Parts: sequence; structure tokens; C-alpha cells
Amino acid sequence: MSNVLILVDSVSGKVSKSTAEIATFAKRIGDVTAVICSSDSAALIPQLSGLSIDKTITCTGVEFEKLSTGAVAAALAAVIAKESPSAVLIASSARGKEIAGRLSVRIESGIITDAIDLDADLVATQSVFGGSTTVHSVVTHGTPIVTIRGNSIEAISGTGPSTHEEVAVSYDGDRAAVSSVAPAVKSGRPELTEASIIVSGGKGTDGNFTPVEELADALGGAVGASRAATDAGWYPHSLQVGQTGKTVSPQLYIAAGISGAIQHRAGMQTSKTIVAVNKDPEAPIFDVADFGIVGDLFTVLPQVRDGVNAKKA
Amino acid sequence: MKIALCIKQVPDSWAEKKMGADQRLDRASVDAVLNDLDEYAIESALTLVEANSPTGETGEGSGHTITVISMGPERASEALRKALSMGADDAILVSDDALAGSDALATSKVLAAVIAQGGYDLVLCGTESTDARMSVIPAMLAERLGFAQLTFAGKVAIDGANVNISRQTEFGVEEMSASLPAVVSVVEKINEPRYPSFKGIMASKKKPLVTKSLSDLGISAADVGSSAAWSSVKDSLPRPPRGAGIKIVDDGNAGTQLVAFLSERKLA
Repeated sequence: MSNVLILVDSVSGKVSKSTAEIATFAKRIGDVTAVICSSDSAALIPQLSGLSIDKTITCTGVEFEKLSTGAVAAALAAVIAKESPSAVLIASSARGKEIAGRLSVRIESGIITDAIDLDADLVATQSVFGGSTTVHSVVTHGTPIVTIRGNSIEAISGTGPSTHEEVAVSYDGDRAAVSSVAPAVKSGRPELTEASIIVSGGKGTDGNFTPVEELADALGGAVGASRAATDAGWYPHSLQVGQTGKTVSPQLYIAAGISGAIQHRAGMQTSKTIVAVNKDPEAPIFDVADFGIVGDLFTVLPQVRDGVNAKKA
Repeated sequence: MKIALCIKQVPDSWAEKKMGADQRLDRASVDAVLNDLDEYAIESALTLVEANSPTGETGEGSGHTITVISMGPERASEALRKALSMGADDAILVSDDALAGSDALATSKVLAAVIAQGGYDLVLCGTESTDARMSVIPAMLAERLGFAQLTFAGKVAIDGANVNISRQTEFGVEEMSASLPAVVSVVEKINEPRYPSFKGIMASKKKPLVTKSLSDLGISAADVGSSAAWSSVKDSLPRPPRGAGIKIVDDGNAGTQLVAFLSERKLA
């Protein structure tokens, strides 16, 4: 039986949703070993129970949070040398892709990023060119390193890890150091790339995101923005959806006051269900919408919010 | 301070892209432009030099130089010229037929070789190219060169022999620092890239642009290009176009109809 390594992704002592998803893909290939490179390992291990993970390996001896991602890549390389896995799966976050990139150089192995599916034979599916093309690819050299986009699979539960090991690692690479971290102010909303529902606002909001936020909150979703809205300074760049922002693929994407230029569609058109609200009946967003409303978002969104809240009551 | 600025010429990010018969991006049918996200790195390089040079200017005499580097076909020199017209001092294009189809590993190997040859203090990059969107080159360069890696910078400053950045990650706002040499990638919100001035455009035509081949870098043709790529595309197919669905004009209860639609799909 082959063995697959996954890297546990966590923020502030909490295991990310992506870890369960990656474990689900890994289980298709073989036994799953979850590698923990975090000073919160004691808090993380109990959270892995119930996931499709067979074993954990905690890397000790390095303060990963204070170093560049090179330290995680070096730790993974040490574990790979010991375990000889058939593949390594990592979350497709900015941090995850960096770790994967450094690891591929370090262990001289091929890399595939942003997979949305991975079969038992390690054939990865990617959605490229803004979702307009589906590609199947394989790593042909070394230990395949694949990063997997969030929300690509419904995570299945498993027995959880029964074996726990520790591996002492060291890092003598680059000395970039994190000197301070001001924890992010939590909006209380899900992470954009993890959310099942996203409501995004664009130029049509004219800078007023209140109806967008209120509908997102009624649906338990995240808030996104088009490039026009972030460029205007109405919403943070970190929440921009599109070619030069985040690529998302939620169950439901609601585009409010967004015309839907290629730039934006590239970041959201693989969403399962797309809803568009726009005053302009010719807006290209309607070409990809499952449900389009030609109307004013300031009257439509509150009506939807009230309808959703009424159903919950 | 010697700054190396890595840029890429990409298909226009506003154009429709498709795969060619060779399972690679069909670049011929689309306009080629300087990668949008690299403009922020160019602006950062210029701003850093302006802040640290006694005269506020870049170039040999000031003790600060900005060299813009790219790997690509002959026409990638257009993207390099644009960076020169914005204010970079000179340019290096690595162009070699054997490079066609190179993966990120080979690309980072080539760029790292150019940087190692030039002895730079600071390598600046955008966060990703808008065509492949892997976002791994800055990290790969740091790994290959053993330079400090400070990526996704929202602010960057040079303090003597140190570089300090501030960045927004899933952990919060992080302050990072390292001694040079370092690789820094910058995000879009860091600045507003300048437009090339007429004077800058005229001056760029006289600035040095050197083309290097693989042999100039001591890299074997067998280690790069599509045949040496460590991953390969088995097949690709256009995604079936999304059929447009229901479209209604709001007559006062469109929101209510949408709630019914969402509820039918178990989304609300």
C-alpha cells in the first residue's frame, strides 16, 4: 500500500477546512500521513481525529511561524527522505504553493498547482485560463507534489490517526524572520477561498457594500469584490475575485453590480451556481449566470436578505 | 544597491486564452503584454532607489542600478523595453529555442543563473504571472539562490543592509525583515505604477538590452524546455460554455423569485 503525505494547514491553532479535503484526495491513493509543521501541534492533533488520516508526523526543533516557508519545505524534505511517499499533497493557498515550489526545487520533483481533482493514479485536473479550459496533467519526475484548491471535494470522514511520530528537523536556509504579527481582525465570515457561498460587489455598489455584506451574512457566506471595487478603494485587495485576485469555486456565487469582464469571470466561473444582479441588461455576467436579475442591487439584495432570513425563522 | 527585477511577457490578461495543439498555451493568437502584476515590482524598484539614492536617481553614478530580467522569445524584449521606459537602467533577455515549453523549475533555474552571475542584492518580482498563475517563481528563486524570502509584500523598505516588509497573510499583518541579499515579491496594493513618460520612452531606446543564450549561463539545453519538464499535460479540453440560465427583469419581486430558486437548489 502506498503512503501519501499531506501537510496540515492551520491558522491560529485551528486546522483549516482544506486539510480534511486534501486528506480525502490522499486516501484515494494510499495510507495518509499528516505532517505538522507548527508550534501549535498539541492543539492540532486532536482536531485530526475523524479525518481520513492514518498517522501524524510532527516536525520539531524549528519555530516555523517565525521563518520563511523555506523552513517548512526543508522539514517536508526530511520527512520525505524518511517515508518515501508516493506523493505529497498541500493546500493551494499562497503559503502552500510557496512551500510546494521550494520543496520541488529541494527534492528535484515535479509540481502541479491548483488541482481541482486528483485520481488514484495521480492524474490531476486543473481548470486554467480563467476556467475556460480543463487540463489533465501528471508529474513525470521524482515524488509528485500537488497543491489542491479549496472547495474541490466534499471531505469524507475517516478513522483519524492511530500512530503519532515526531521528527526532529533543522533549518539553516534563508534567515528571513517574522518579527511581529498583528492578528487579522476577524470579520466573522468564512475565508473567501473556503466559503461555500460568496456574495461579491462591484462598480454598481458605488462604494456601499452594506447590502452585499448583509446578504452574505444572511446566507452565512463570504464577501468578495471585483477589481473595479478594490481599485476604487471600496474593499480590501485581499478580497478581490478575478484574474489578478483570488480564484474561487463556491456552491453559490452572487455577483452584485459586477459587469463580468473576463478579468472577473476568470476568478469565479467554475462556481457551481452563479447569480447576477445588474442594472445593465447587456452586462456579460448574464452570459454565465444560472439566474440573472436585471435590476437595482439596492432593492433586490435586501429583498433576498429578508426572504432568506424569513425562511430561517 | 543592485536590484534585479524579474518580469514576464504574457498574453493580454483581458483576452480569451486557449490551448494549442501542442498542449501549451496558444500565445501566437493573443496580444503579448508586460504581465500586469510585474508593473508593481517595477514601481517598487524605482521607489526604493528614489528613497535611497543621494540624488533620487538610478544609474551607475548613483550607486544604485535596476536591471530588468526576462526569459522568453525575441519579442519579450518589448516587455523589457517597457520596464526600461518606466525607468530601469538595463535589461537582460534570456532567449534560446531550447527553452520553449520550460516548466517553472527550469524557468527558476535560468533566472537564478542570471541573478547569480550579476551579483544582485535585491530581487524584485510580482506575485504571479497572469497566464500560468502558479505563483511559485519567487519562492523557487529564494530556494535556489539561498536568498532570504520575503513574499507578498504590501510595503517594502531598505534599511542599510536590511530589507523590511509588511504583508497581509492568513495569520494577520506580519512584519518581516532580513539581511540582503533577498527575494521580495510585491502585491498589487503596494503602489500605483507610473506611466512611461515621453522622455522615458525615448531614453529607453538607448538603454542596454543584452540577450543571453543558455551557453552564456552554463545551462545545458537538455535541462530545460518541454522535454525536460517534470510535469506534463496529458490532455486538455475547452470547458463547455456555461449556458445562460434564467434572466428576469425586476418588477418588484425578483428578489423573492431568487429566494425560491435558491431554496429549490438547497442553497438558502
